Amino acid sequence: MATTFTKIAAVTVGSGGAASIAFTSIPSTYTDLVLKWSGRIDNNNDFFIKFNSSTTNYSGKILYANSGSANSFNGGTDGKYLSGWPDQSANTANVFSNNEIYIPNYGSSNNKSFSVDTVKEDNSTDWFVGLLAGLWSDTTAINAVTLTLVSGSFVQYSTAVLYGIKNS
Amino acid sequence: MPAGPTYEPIATQTLGSDAASVTFSSIPSTYTDLVLVSDYRLNTGDNFLILRFNSDTGSNYSFTNLYGEGTAAASDRSSNQTSARIGFYGSAQSNSIVSIMNYSNATTYKTAVSRDNTNTYVVSRVNLWRSTSAINSIVITTASPNITSGSTFTLYGIKAA
Repeated sequence: MATTFTKIAAVTVGSGGAASIAFTSIPSTYTDLVLKWSGRIDNNNDFFIKFNSSTTNYSGKILYANSGSANSFNGGTDGKYLSGWPDQSANTANVFSNNEIYIPNYGSSNNKSFSVDTVKEDNSTDWFVGLLAGLWSDTTAINAVTLTLVSGSFVQYSTAVLYGIKNS
Repeated sequence: MPAGPTYEPIATQTLGSDAASVTFSSIPSTYTDLVLVSDYRLNTGDNFLILRFNSDTGSNYSFTNLYGEGTAAASDRSSNQTSARIGFYGSAQSNSIVSIMNYSNATTYKTAVSRDNTNTYVVSRVNLWRSTSAINSIVITTASPNITSGSTFTLYGIKAA
């Protein structure tokens, strides 16, 4: 029986920080991709996902709760908020969010629908449980996935691991 | 330490043409849980996928949805339904990831949790099938439109040991 769930690559941000976390030259030999990442950034600005370096044709719905009633808002056409949520500099020190991005059928010639679960909790002023439905309206096979920021950096010890899943 | 893989593909189907349904039959009972991953599009919007276990069309299903549509969150539920539900209203490429725990036991009713992602809704859902039968087949279909060519459905098995 073939191994179904395989690590493709892993990134751990070093002491200098990183403006983005990128996985490039993703092999086409899998069926689905899963990106699990834990992150924190050094400012309170926005964050994005990019497939194949594209900054267009994204859409998404975000369902979240941060105490009180649940709410919903839209992701950006540029991929804003569709990566999952990093902890930010306003959060308690040493706190890192957890996120999982599932991209089925990433090598297909269909548009790419993806799923994101995201959580952050800092025992102080900011907490967030989010479910995201993302769509990249592009039929190109995905060969690169990038987590990126409008400014600043992912801080040291942010981690991301990309897995491939085979359906046979 | 268990030997061998714990997450295995059982079967996959990619539609070569539009189809009204997809069936996984003769599901082996050798796993602990099932995961159904669907990447699909419906050829008309304003509809959703439904799911039946062991071809049961009785009023033995119920589900609760928590969903967001970009401006507000809400929840609803339905009892005594003739099918479970996956997906939600949407006309663009969509995906659904359904986990069915302890599917092969012959003692308890079966519960499934799903994440459903369309261009109009993000959904978390629980489905209940009020049957003690082991699940040995799954039919995915829709109320009226077809599932489009190129849609893929993969059933994985997870072994606890």
